Amino acid sequence: MRETPLSNCEREFILNFIAQQKRLDGRKAYDYRDLRIAFGVSLGCCHVELGKTRVLAQVSCEVGEPKQTRPHDGVLYVNVELSPMACPSFEQGRQSEEGIELSRLMERCLKESRCLDLESLCIVSGEKAWHLRVDIHVLNHEGNILDCASIAAISALAHFRRPDVSVHGEEITIHTLEERNPVPLSLHHMPLLVSFTFFSQGKYMLIDPSSKEEKVMEGKMVVGMNKHRELCTLQVTGQMLLLKEQVLRCSSIALTKVTRITELIHEALENDKQARLKGDKHGFAVLVSGDKVTSNRLPKTEVKVDTLEVSDDMGESQSSEDESGNEPMEEHTEGVPKESAVEILTKGVGMIGEGGASTWLDVPQADTKQLAAKKQKHKVSKMEEDEGSSEEEEKVILK
Amino acid sequence: MAAPIGNVVIPGDTFSLLQLQPNDEHKKILLGPGLKEEEAEIKVLRPGILRFRKPGVYWVDCHHKRYIPAKGDSVIGIVNQKVGDIFRVDIGSSEQASLSYLSFEGSTKRNRPDVKVGDIVYAKLLVANKDMEPEIVCIDGYGRSNGMGVIRNGGFLFHTSLNLARKLLNPECTLLKSLGNRFQFEISVGVNGRVWIKAANDVQTIALVNSVIASEYKDNDQIKEMCKRISKAVSRMEVD
Repeated sequence: MRETPLSNCEREFILNFIAQQKRLDGRKAYDYRDLRIAFGVSLGCCHVELGKTRVLAQVSCEVGEPKQTRPHDGVLYVNVELSPMACPSFEQGRQSEEGIELSRLMERCLKESRCLDLESLCIVSGEKAWHLRVDIHVLNHEGNILDCASIAAISALAHFRRPDVSVHGEEITIHTLEERNPVPLSLHHMPLLVSFTFFSQGKYMLIDPSSKEEKVMEGKMVVGMNKHRELCTLQVTGQMLLLKEQVLRCSSIALTKVTRITELIHEALENDKQARLKGDKHGFAVLVSGDKVTSNRLPKTEVKVDTLEVSDDMGESQSSEDESGNEPMEEHTEGVPKESAVEILTKGVGMIGEGGASTWLDVPQADTKQLAAKKQKHKVSKMEEDEGSSEEEEKVILK
Repeated sequence: MAAPIGNVVIPGDTFSLLQLQPNDEHKKILLGPGLKEEEAEIKVLRPGILRFRKPGVYWVDCHHKRYIPAKGDSVIGIVNQKVGDIFRVDIGSSEQASLSYLSFEGSTKRNRPDVKVGDIVYAKLLVANKDMEPEIVCIDGYGRSNGMGVIRNGGFLFHTSLNLARKLLNPECTLLKSLGNRFQFEISVGVNGRVWIKAANDVQTIALVNSVIASEYKDNDQIKEMCKRISKAVSRMEVD
């Protein structure tokens, strides 16, 4: 299906706004959108939300023959699926240019950085080895799929456990999950991709572009890095020239971003582990709260004026909380009553909002109390007429 | 039992004709979107709120994003292509609409309108038929533009749900009234869920865009409250 074209009006406005050092969603140039990492019940299943972009990664394994050229190594496949569910312009089946670029970059990030110890996946040299497969499904496309996918893939690999194998001579046994605890993969480091987009001949640079920014960008540079400052991938696309200083600056920015995201991933992994150990609710079940309609849920960032007062130089209304990772989303539900002051009815009984007196009170007792209160009130009001205190205050004073 | 007007109905719910027409049987009933007559009873096809308008119009109001063209609708489209004498315009429907270069005010075969690919046009649907390509025009029956035509001079275009667009077009719309008390801006709303806004500066424009988007799930009091906060915040930003 066709994609909605971007009008000249939007294009000019966005470029103009970027030239004023502002972004449509109120972020600063080097801000990521809110990042949420969640793990599924099955091992090696990871769901990452970056703003409204959503990616699901699933790792699976099977035993097969190793490659002829590398008889001592296991095999790692990386597969990126762009379905029409993510964006109507993606086609089912046929890989678009964008899709090929994405899966190639993901492969370079995961395989060629050698973050995974493939030798440990070998069972019998030249005969049997584990074949790992990382399936990355893009669930929603709101820009910057690449960063989101790389976070999802590496978290899924870190979360995954393969069945234990024992070899006695010729005999190979693959133990089920009940027999032996599954073994984690040996991850040497966590390479992550950070994309930088450039506008007006590389004059302006933005991190984590939204889909509209991606449409007007001139070029993109992808830096793959781990927190040890090791460069794993570097790619520049688009028609623009970059200065050496810019590349160096990008790599140093990438380092800070990668360090922060790696921390978040570890935190999410640790949370999941603890939840599993305790037998708490884990997996995506945590994301769903049963008492609310989630379809109309909006993260409360569209117009947040409170934080605006703090950061005055921001373009507009969104908070610029950088990578506020595991923050719970605030929910908008229709017809939420306004916050109103607590009204004190009787001693120990408060009322919020409308609804009149509480019917839970012991009725006769309350009546007599109120009567007594009224009588006393008369006296009090006679005494302090000029003060003009309200009834409520008197009630509070009297009891 | 009368039909649950104003309540939520879900696909598969059925009403008898009598339920819809409790008092006067001679009145005609008009079934709008989301309702279908089948074997002497009326079936609900969409989840949403059942609405009624006198004398006998019933329809289901539900959250929608895809626009289905209807004759006479005012829409905002994006010019996608120039093919010979016509422009192909994206109006958010399943098929692109066609717009002849002669259907602009004052255009003749010699005097072509200045329309480029990527421009946005405010136009009316002339032909909307499920079997035919929709056609839009930028003139009324007298050949005058009547506010339609290419929208120029900046501003920002964004997409909303169709419900929100209809809400904005309601003359009683609280949001536009309370925003209008505080800001000076131009707005044009297409029933296809596209809204173009232009304010005094870019910051105000974005503030307005965000307030329109945020107003979707707010009631009137909350909207007023939000407008107050936004105008405060924007004025503070402009002082700095």
